[in-house]
Amino acid sequence: MSSFRETPSQTAGPYVHIGLIPRQAGFAIYERELGNVLVSPTTRGERIRIEGRVLDGIGAPARDALVELWQANADGRYAHPADKQESKAQDLQFRGFGRAGTHFETGLFVFETIKPGPVAGRAGQPPMAPHVNLWLVARGINLGLATRMYFADEEAANARDPVLALVEPMRRPTLIARREDRAEGPAYVFDIRLQGEAETVFFDV
Amino acid sequence: MALDDEFLQRDLSQHPPALTPGYRSSVLRAPRAPLLSLDATLSEVTGPVFRADELGPLDHDLIRNYAHGGEPIGERIIVHGRVMDENGRGVPHTLLEVWQANAGGRYRHVNDRYLAPVDPNFGGCGRCLTDETGAYVFRTVKPGAYPFRNQINSWRPAHIHFSLFGSGLAQRLITQMYFEGDPLIRNDAIAGTIPDASAVDRLVARLDMNAAVPLDCLAYRFDIVLRGRRQTLFENKLQGA
Ligand SMILES: [Fe+3]
Repeated sequence: MSSFRETPSQTAGPYVHIGLIPRQAGFAIYERELGNVLVSPTTRGERIRIEGRVLDGIGAPARDALVELWQANADGRYAHPADKQESKAQDLQFRGFGRAGTHFETGLFVFETIKPGPVAGRAGQPPMAPHVNLWLVARGINLGLATRMYFADEEAANARDPVLALVEPMRRPTLIARREDRAEGPAYVFDIRLQGEAETVFFDV
Repeated sequence: MALDDEFLQRDLSQHPPALTPGYRSSVLRAPRAPLLSLDATLSEVTGPVFRADELGPLDHDLIRNYAHGGEPIGERIIVHGRVMDENGRGVPHTLLEVWQANAGGRYRHVNDRYLAPVDPNFGGCGRCLTDETGAYVFRTVKPGAYPFRNQINSWRPAHIHFSLFGSGLAQRLITQMYFEGDPLIRNDAIAGTIPDASAVDRLVARLDMNAAVPLDCLAYRFDIVLRGRRQTLFENKLQGA
């Protein structure tokens, strides 16, 4: 019995940085800007870096995109009242949200965060493998695109994940980040392909 | 785990499709495969929560939040409205962020090369949390139209970009607000990505003389609707029985 209709989406355009990450647009205005570092020194969990590019239909990096990340804490609980997984601890030092602009030259987006734990699935379904939720806007994108990033080193959990199970097996690799062990710590590399061969799976959530 | 906070399915007919060749930037950035429908999980019914004390006292006042010894040039306006869901319920305490060009149509952005000048007293962004009823208000100057490289004589109507979170990830929305009476709207390639003319009309803010401040500031009203939640009255009764 909905009586109103959702406001239509419009592209965030090429200057999305002004509104959402003004330092990248070239000026400081907010004392506290929402950024790409999700951790504080006391956040629980394994520190990881997530990085990738957003590639268009000819493989060129979108260098004006904004990527947002939403994830559960190290135990697999979201910092939100609708998450009632009482057996898992909350982490008051972790909101679980970050946003990053792709770099104007390299096209890379980067997050510094922790690896999330597995999250309960829907009633009657197995738990969801550790994953982060990504949401992406840019010039040329008319409606924000939602996808998920899973972790290549969680093979057993990924094999039971109820959302990956919905994805055509050929396309599942588009949702799985590659792990690289670097001197600074583990990094997960995840390129998002907007179009064409190996197009990333995007969800209507 | 039972979810009592599921959102109504998105009515995609109210949104632009991904591929809209009239807006050329969409051509290489539109996914070709259909979106994969997902039953909501905890990952989509939750979303970030923001606190009022994370914002600065002037964050919602674009006339003053970047003033460097003067005020920005332009027509002073208040923009206000209510954020609600498809059931007409206000969406309280949600983060609303806006950005816009200055009165001359120029953005304070390292990549904007338009010849209109940057205004030293105008940043062009603001943010606020909605109140307990979903109401919001900010103050700014009316943005100017600006050209963009779609065709050689393509101009954007005056607009303000809006970003909203809602109470769960599935409600996340970015859109643009236009101004009543602007003749550039009907030829705009970006407004034109929306197939339904009545949907475009819901992006047009109305002049609101009742909210204007005499001798100071005009006002426009822009209400925003986010996705509704499924009505689960019956199931709730069962659970409570
Ligand atoms: Fe714009």
